[in-house]
Amino acid sequence: MVATISWKFTAREIAEKPELFTSGHRACAGCGPAIALRQIMKATRGPTIVTNATGCMEVVSTIYPYTAWKVPWIHTAFENAAANASGIEAALKAMKRKRRLKQEKVDVIAFAGDGGTFDIGIQALSGAAERGHDFLYVLYDNEAYMNTGIQRSGGTPHGASTTTSPGGTDIPGKTQMKKPIADIMVAHEIPYVATASIAYWQDLLIKARKGLEAEGPAFLHVFAPCPRGWRYDTSKTIELARLAVETCIFPLWEAIDSEYSLSPQSKIMTLKPERRKDVREYLKMQRRFGHLFKPKFEHVLTDIQKIIDKRWNKLLKKCSMT
Amino acid sequence: MEKRNKTTLSGKHFLSGDLACAEGAIAAGCRFFGGYPITPATEIAERMARRLPEVDGVYIQMEDEIGSIAAVIGASYTGKKAMTATSGPGFSLMQENIGLAVMTEAPLVIVNIMRGGPSTGQPTMPGQQDVMQARWGSHGDYEIIAIAPSSVQEMFDLTIECFNLAETYRVPVLLLADEIIGHMWEKVEIPPREEITIINRKKPKAQPKEYKPFKPAKNLVPPMACFGEGYRFHATGLTHDEDGKPQTVSVEEQNKLVKRLCDKIRKNAEDIIKVEEVTLEDAEVAVIAYGITSRAALSAVRKARKKKIKAGLLRLITIWPFPGKLVAEIAGKVKAIIVPEMNYGQLVREVERAAKTTPVFLLSKLGEEPHRPAEIVSAIEEVLK
Repeated sequence: MVATISWKFTAREIAEKPELFTSGHRACAGCGPAIALRQIMKATRGPTIVTNATGCMEVVSTIYPYTAWKVPWIHTAFENAAANASGIEAALKAMKRKRRLKQEKVDVIAFAGDGGTFDIGIQALSGAAERGHDFLYVLYDNEAYMNTGIQRSGGTPHGASTTTSPGGTDIPGKTQMKKPIADIMVAHEIPYVATASIAYWQDLLIKARKGLEAEGPAFLHVFAPCPRGWRYDTSKTIELARLAVETCIFPLWEAIDSEYSLSPQSKIMTLKPERRKDVREYLKMQRRFGHLFKPKFEHVLTDIQKIIDKRWNKLLKKCSMT
Repeated sequence: MEKRNKTTLSGKHFLSGDLACAEGAIAAGCRFFGGYPITPATEIAERMARRLPEVDGVYIQMEDEIGSIAAVIGASYTGKKAMTATSGPGFSLMQENIGLAVMTEAPLVIVNIMRGGPSTGQPTMPGQQDVMQARWGSHGDYEIIAIAPSSVQEMFDLTIECFNLAETYRVPVLLLADEIIGHMWEKVEIPPREEITIINRKKPKAQPKEYKPFKPAKNLVPPMACFGEGYRFHATGLTHDEDGKPQTVSVEEQNKLVKRLCDKIRKNAEDIIKVEEVTLEDAEVAVIAYGITSRAALSAVRKARKKKIKAGLLRLITIWPFPGKLVAEIAGKVKAIIVPEMNYGQLVREVERAAKTTPVFLLSKLGEEPHRPAEIVSAIEEVLK
């Protein structure tokens, strides 16, 4: 069960809390995932161990001999952050049982990108969820393999151009859909699953904390734009992270014990539909979708809108909003 | 719609090793790529993602390297020339399926652009640390073919060679390049299409009813029927007889199959092995090298000759099967052998085994820089003292 205490995480509280993911890392200007990590580490409640799958955040935060982490941190292979977290959590449990753990409680967070979660890491993640390890898994989703130079992943949206799904004259970028990973995690019947966006920091922090408080596996899907891979100006990261929610391409919700509910930022779209923005506004800002604005690929834009509507309506049903 | 004529390239091009490899694969007739990004092999996948649709081929990005190699086995059995490209960590993940490809005799090509290991190691730095894994990575007894290019031109030429060998011997063939060769840009001369030798797998001549899928021809390689060609057969990772039927307890079948899988490479080794010999005839010291290291070794041997030192180079183009006989012959003639490698001593063991009593010296190098010719020259001078 997820405790029902509410945390406010006011700006003042956050500012007063020491940084656990510090400056001096080598992420690009405007990096969404780096913002996500910094914010989430502000939501921790005590001693915390972080395991990090291979990916941008692993690379930029620990360039030898430096580290951006003020907590115990381990880099695991690409495919098994969740398995590694399982081992840490099980060992902590055993140590506690034998009274060899000094701390009352030690939290475990696994960070992995979309490649490390949607694709290569899903087996380890599914296994850890099934075994019920008590840890928070954070997926920082920048919708492609950015560390190796922008290759498509299971998290890349329909129509996006990447180096392995290039948008050309005949093929309109990625032809498949984005895998509904958070729903897949809800289907594991774990205590807590949520989606969040770095544009809504308070919501993100609260959800991260709920995930830590949950007794059992928690999964947090964080939308984190990448200026390099999405091809937009580095100053627009937060704007895009907000637009994704406002266009309903990435709605915010949480599922406590598989019970879905819309978060306020998305709920407002049902109460005041006029607030909902045209997806083109979101797509136009990113050159990875640039090819879709040629007349030839007009239909792809329509398809994208259809996918959004279909998934949005499905979500509303799950949240008993229809 | 008019079909665009964008098949194989020809003429002179300025390419990186990774790109030349992709073009070589397309020239060889590869039409399926099971990809997964990994530094420093990603550019091969990227090029194939762009190029394959132009030649009616298929690029699929898989969910991981296990998926990639498994998809390649599937595509190979469906009748396409298929490949994947990876680096150390991905190569490790592929090992179980490499064994499956050996057992089911699926012709396919795996490119490994070697970086520094173990584990994540040094992703953007060169290494030659997977040489022994290439030979022994999957479990059980088997033989495999591995080829080491030393230039961008060879990335093109030898990728074609890899496909030809895979199709001839029904075995996974590994192109073992290092990060420098993969990322280096050089001129590549691509001959006109008709001048490129392309070998395709032998098809069965037997009637479907009489077809024995694993009954070898004279060269110990069975002709291969593919899915949907009218032959009913069973392909399995279990030990099987000539009919393809699992034989999980038969000592006789286990011996017969394992020995044939090894012998089809061992007994054809002389046809498979390619080396380059430079001033070895009267050499007192032999340098044995492969890949990027062999370029420095060549320069070193020439420099030594200018200093009136009788040095020679054996450049291994084929690493596996290892040219043990040839190395033994050379060892019989020289006073010492030097093996420069970008690892902490791997192929040198094989050289030692073949060289018997001739002293063999490892010149190990780990990390960013390949060997400098001067270092090899000093080693040559040193061993002659």
